[in-house]
Amino acid sequence: MQDDVVIRVVAKVMIPAVMLFALYVQFHGDYGPGGGFQAGVIFASAFVLNAVVFGLNKGRHVWPAKYNLIGICGGVLIYGFTGVGGMVLGENFLNFNVLSDDPIAGQHLGILLVEFGVGLTVAAVMVMLFFTFAGRLNHIRLLAKSDAHDRVVASKKVKK
Amino acid sequence: MAGFLVNASLIALLALIAILALRLHRLFAVVMLSGAFSLVAAAQFVVLDAVDVAFTEAAVGAGISTVLALATLSLVPAEEKPHSISLVPAFIATLTGLLLAVAVSDLPDFGDPKAPIHNHVAPEYIIGSEEVIGVPNIVTSVLASYRSFDTFGETLVVFTAALAVLLIIGGYTRTANGSRKAKRKNKGSQDAG
Amino acid sequence: MSALLDPILGQWNYYLVIVLMMIGFYAVIARGNMVKKIVGLNIFQTSVFMLYISMGKVANGTAPILTGDPNTVYSNPLPHVLILTAIVVGVSTTAVGYALIIRIQESFGSIEDDDIIAMLDDEEETS
Repeated sequence: MQDDVVIRVVAKVMIPAVMLFALYVQFHGDYGPGGGFQAGVIFASAFVLNAVVFGLNKGRHVWPAKYNLIGICGGVLIYGFTGVGGMVLGENFLNFNVLSDDPIAGQHLGILLVEFGVGLTVAAVMVMLFFTFAGRLNHIRLLAKSDAHDRVVASKKVKK
Repeated sequence: MAGFLVNASLIALLALIAILALRLHRLFAVVMLSGAFSLVAAAQFVVLDAVDVAFTEAAVGAGISTVLALATLSLVPAEEKPHSISLVPAFIATLTGLLLAVAVSDLPDFGDPKAPIHNHVAPEYIIGSEEVIGVPNIVTSVLASYRSFDTFGETLVVFTAALAVLLIIGGYTRTANGSRKAKRKNKGSQDAG
Repeated sequence: MSALLDPILGQWNYYLVIVLMMIGFYAVIARGNMVKKIVGLNIFQTSVFMLYISMGKVANGTAPILTGDPNTVYSNPLPHVLILTAIVVGVSTTAVGYALIIRIQESFGSIEDDDIIAMLDDEEETS
């Protein structure tokens, strides 16, 4: 698909819009439909579109493998530590009332952090899943190549 | 009555898509129909007042799930072996459906405001969402605050599934070819020695 | 309406959803192709979600987002929360299923379960 001008231009216009929409869904989830789960999936779909249109190697360039580790683990850790924060301040695990002086402000802060953790994990997991599935094809091609190479080497040995 | 018509026609459309997906042998078409199924299901969720669920279903079911299925199809044969209609599974499915129908007849009527589910904790969530949490979207306040233990567990499930996929196809693995090659190599070295 | 038909008409949505569910269930148990099994499982899963969401519906209710009007009737938000997380977990487990299919294809060269069973039988006979 890399050679099609229409798809390239449309993708270049669409990708920032998709990311912006994901952020809107993430941080507007308190007031309308949306939240971490949806925002994560939409954010991931921007990277998937990038990789589909511009090729897997360029996609990997934008989302290196180390982001997987940071995103997947970081999201779960943010969620967990928000819960532990309630414990440190003398309440139960995942009680957000004590995170701020005003209970309602505390709830808002807790919900924001928790949703951000969920969004981060889901986005990283979805991008990782796509790259793993799509990268498998390259892996198999490489295996076939090394197989063929081995066969050539073996046949040369027999001739000697 | 209008609600009945909209609901029934959406479900009829869903059933049509599901039967088509069942009958076709080209897996590419089957996967695309599965995406269409999710999209129509999202419309059905909007009719049933579940806007957040519809949003998720449209993004996940019709989007990412289809992309993953297409990525899988690039690695496996894209044609199903033709099958005749088998009677035993059809009989089992019908029997299970009848049993479920008997069980469902005990449920309260569809849309009944006096059903126990609407009078247990739900009113507390609806009032508390405004007074205790201060978040207008009740689904968000229940998801992230009242039931954040649940959500923590679900996030961990997503995390674990990602680990499982990485363990299964993430690294360098031996294929059937690869292991045969290894055997051949061993034999070769034994012959040489 | 007769006394016999009334309870059935009150629950029509549940019965329609059960029909959908059984189509998915049939695809899971009758078809040998694994991709098709997973698609059937997805149909089954989405139908179960629909049954759940149907239970949360209140007649003349609206989506559970506060409107500020005290007389508004809201549908039950609890099933929505449970199903919202279940959808995302569902796609993760589906991904694990597809990953297993890819590995099976690499090891056996087929994703039809009767082929694979025949292959395993052959291997047992020869060894």
